[in-house]
Order: sequence, then structure tokens, then C-alpha cells
Amino acid sequence: MSENFIEIKDLRFSYINDLEDPPVKTEVLKGVTLNIRKGEFLAVLGHNGSGKSTLAKCINAINLPEAGGVFVDGMDTLDEDNLLPIRQRVGMVFQNPDNQIVATIVEEDVAFALENMGVAPDEIRRRVDDALKTVGMYEYRLHAPHKLSGGQKQRVAIAGIIAMRPDCILLDEPTAMLDPKGRDEVMRTIKMLNEQGVTIVLITHYMEEAAQAERVVVIDGGKVVMDDIPRRVFAQVEKMKELGLDVPQVTELAWELQKAGYDISTEIITEDECVAKLAELLGGV
Amino acid sequence: MAVIKTEDLTYVYGDGTPFRKVAVDHVNLEIEKGDFAGIIGHTGSGKSTLIQHFNGLLRPTSGSVYIDGERLWDNKARLRPIRFKVGLVFQYPEYQLFEETVYKDIAFGPKNMGLDEDEIDRRIKETAKLVGLSDSVMQKSPFELSGGQKRRVAIAGVMAMEPEVLILDEPASGLDPKGREQILGMIKEYHKAKGNTVLLVSHSMEDIARNVSKILVMNDSKLFCYDETAKVFHRSAELEKMGLAVPQVTRVFDRLKAMGFDMGEDVYTVKFGSGLLLDRLGKKGAK
Repeated sequence: MSENFIEIKDLRFSYINDLEDPPVKTEVLKGVTLNIRKGEFLAVLGHNGSGKSTLAKCINAINLPEAGGVFVDGMDTLDEDNLLPIRQRVGMVFQNPDNQIVATIVEEDVAFALENMGVAPDEIRRRVDDALKTVGMYEYRLHAPHKLSGGQKQRVAIAGIIAMRPDCILLDEPTAMLDPKGRDEVMRTIKMLNEQGVTIVLITHYMEEAAQAERVVVIDGGKVVMDDIPRRVFAQVEKMKELGLDVPQVTELAWELQKAGYDISTEIITEDECVAKLAELLGGV
Repeated sequence: MAVIKTEDLTYVYGDGTPFRKVAVDHVNLEIEKGDFAGIIGHTGSGKSTLIQHFNGLLRPTSGSVYIDGERLWDNKARLRPIRFKVGLVFQYPEYQLFEETVYKDIAFGPKNMGLDEDEIDRRIKETAKLVGLSDSVMQKSPFELSGGQKRRVAIAGVMAMEPEVLILDEPASGLDPKGREQILGMIKEYHKAKGNTVLLVSHSMEDIARNVSKILVMNDSKLFCYDETAKVFHRSAELEKMGLAVPQVTRVFDRLKAMGFDMGEDVYTVKFGSGLLLDRLGKKGAK
């Protein structure tokens, strides 16, 4: 029995611009194979235009495969009957919180999808309250969303998704527009949801965020080029830079020392590891 | 001489309503000509409200703003020429592109200034080169370009007005690490070439640390400080309390210092940090 929640098999996808004559086809995904286990916390990296967001949209059936297949909980995204169940299992959070909030009161916004799904009113009440408590926004339930900070708005958007009780949440650069505190709030929320068993797919440009995931996948030119635990991905500093990406500052620091001939591994991705190793070197042990 | 000066600048949103909020609170500030400064502060700290005063988009509730020694709002007819002196690039400026070609889009600002065709052409060419837009791109529709290129066109449109002060709100947000470096590098180039004042609003302390020489910190509507980069990051404990993380490498060195290692100066870039470590390790012969 496979415990893969999402199975992507040799996925190909192109955007077609039919305003031109003949239509112009831009191939974005060129054969992506990727399995995501239930409960996994996966980070997806790649430069702008590498196909990360396109891939995420294939997972919840906004984009449909041109060739190959995407299966969510065993359901083929190409089968129209699966659309609703797939989108109820896989929620998506986008970059700009302002584009995702539709209501004028926080709790109404969180209830929006549930109303559409035809959930009973008392159940909606319960789920909205639970979701807002989970993201730490319960005391703001009667506030107007546009008066909240970016981090708070993004947490409301996440609450709207978790109220649907999805098995998996795809987040497409959810922290790109937030300040450090807002980023921290959102990252904590994501990690907590993952601990509760929600499968997380996090697309990000922040290497420090990716370092907190269980597994990192790097997309380049429409293909998966790296797929490993964070420390083994970031240890390849030169390769990451070639791909237009970066590594956490602590990894780069270790890499600089390693290049100068010191005994230090580039598999350092956290501040704690870095401080401990540097103290050891400086202490002359 | 200060190109931007504020005296007790205060701005209140929604005065007389239950939503009254003091967004900028008695800010006294002098920004010198030629400064390349970062502006940091948590969301809602007053950064955006502050910069919107610098080119007269907002009128102070009380206090004054001086641009080049001239007090804003004394004479409304003077606002237009003053706005040409202070160029503001908003977040995600690529959404403001509208012209048929890249060339025309960049020309829009200079044209509004009433410059003659030759001067406009000179400025467009110079700016395009500076931001790395090739000749072939200039006649394309801006909507055919990639996100990073669109952003450059939008920034070039303001740069071509050659403002004495260029203010950019999160110019690198949403870009990948390489794209960030390119945009910031191009802003640095502009500063070097023109010697004009450049203010960079950013949430990325790493980007700020690598690029600017001074930092303005806003906290809870008040000016916390305006000082040299090293001196600002030296106050890392206070910054963290405000919800402003210092660069990761700064935290590492702060912790080493707390453990009793003599690390001398403050570290806020990887390059400087690794140099310092190599020096310390070399003396120890720890290889």
C-alpha cells in the first residue's frame, strides 16, 4: 500500500497564448515526477519562471495535465467528477493576502467556503471558531480584514482554508509580502498545522523557511533537479547559486570557511548548528 | 545640506472617528543629499505613511516637511515641481505599466515634466542601459515581458525623471534570490552613477545589510533612529523586540560574543563575517 497522498507522474503542462496566430505554446512543466506522502512538509524552490506555481496549480486541478497525470488521494485531476473532492482535500493559499479576502468581517471571510460547500450553520460556527483559534486570530473574528496587518490577513486566509478541513495545504509564497514578524507568525502556523497531520507544500524564495521543511524539491526548467532533505540540498552551495537560488546565511558562512580549508561541513542549516561548530573551531578543540 | 527634513511631522488617520490612529508621531529627521539609506519597521510602523509625505502625497496633520529647504504645502502651486524632485516607486510597480511599448512607458514621466524630445530620448536610453533593458525590448509591449523585466521598466520610468530623491518601496519583493540581487544591484548602480539620494524600504534585513550605508528605523509611528548601518544592527536586541529580525549572520556572531568569544566589530554580512572568522582562525592556527 502506498501512503502517497499526491502522485505526480511525468507531468507536462504548457500555457497556450491563442491571441497570437498561430497560437504560441510555452512549455512550462517538462516531465515532473514527484510523490508527496501524507503528513509530509515539503518545500519547493526554484527561480521565477521555473514552473513552481504552475506545478502547485496542477495539484489542485486549476491546471490540467497536457500529458502524464496528477493523482490526489488516488483521484485523477483529469476526471471532472473529482474536481470538488480534490479541492476540498487540497487548499491553496496565495502570495497576496488582499486578493484572497472577500468578506468585510473576519469570521464571515473564514465561513465563505463552508457556506459554498453547504455545511450546516452550527457546524460552520464550530469550524470557523476552531480555525480562527488555530491561527491565533479568534479575538479578531469581528474585525474588518482590511485593518489587519499583512501577517494577520494571511493567517485569516489560512483559517479560511483549514475550516474546510483539507488534508493538504499548498502555499504559494505566502510570506513574500510580509515583514519578519508576519513571516514568523505564518511559518509557526504552518508548522503547527503540519504537526497536526496536515500535508504542507510550501513554495518559497526564503531559504531559511525551506530549511525548516522535512524535504526540499528544487524545480528548474520545468523539471525536478534536486529532491532531498534540506541539509543535503543546501550543502550544494555552488549548485544552488547556479540555479539562481541561495542558501541560508549560516550555510554560506560554513561554505566560505570550508573553501579556505577549515574542517566544517556545509550541511549546516540552522543557527544552533552554526554557533556550535564555530565555537568548536574558535575554541581550537 | 539636508535634502529631506521633517520637523515634528505628525499624521493622523481617521481623526474624529473611532478609528483614529496616529501613524507618524512627531518625527524629526534630516536626510542628507547623496545618502543611500534603508527604511525598516514592522508592518504598521508608519514607514509608508512617512514616505508618502516626502513627495506631498499626504499632507501632515501637524509639523512640516522640507524638500531642498523648501517647505511643502506653503504654496500648492509648488507641489508639482517638488514632486518631480522626489520619485516614488510603489510596491509591485509593474502593475502600473500601461503604455503600448516599453519606450513609451519609460517616457511617460519625463514627458509630463515638459522635457524636449531629445532630452527624453537621452534619458530613456541612459536609464534603459542602467537597468539592463536591451534595445530589442524597448519596442515590445511591456505586457510581453517577464515579471522581473516589467519591474525594471517600471523602476526605469521613475529613474528617467532623474529625481533628486528616489524612494523605492520593497523593490525586490516577490523575486527569486538572483532577481533580488539584480534589482538591488541596479539601484546601487543608479546611486553610484547619479549620486542622488536613494531610500529603500525593505523587510529583508539581509538585503538592507548588503546594500545601504544608513538605516532609518520606524517603530510604533515614531522614529527609532536614523544612523549608519553598523550602528543600527549593533542594537540587535532592541530591533528584535520590535519584531525586526536582524540578519541571521548577525545573530550567529551575537551569540558567539555572548559565549565569550572576542569578535570585535559588528557583523551583518556573510562576506564580512567569514573574513573576520578566517582572521581569528588563522591566528589560532586552527586549520
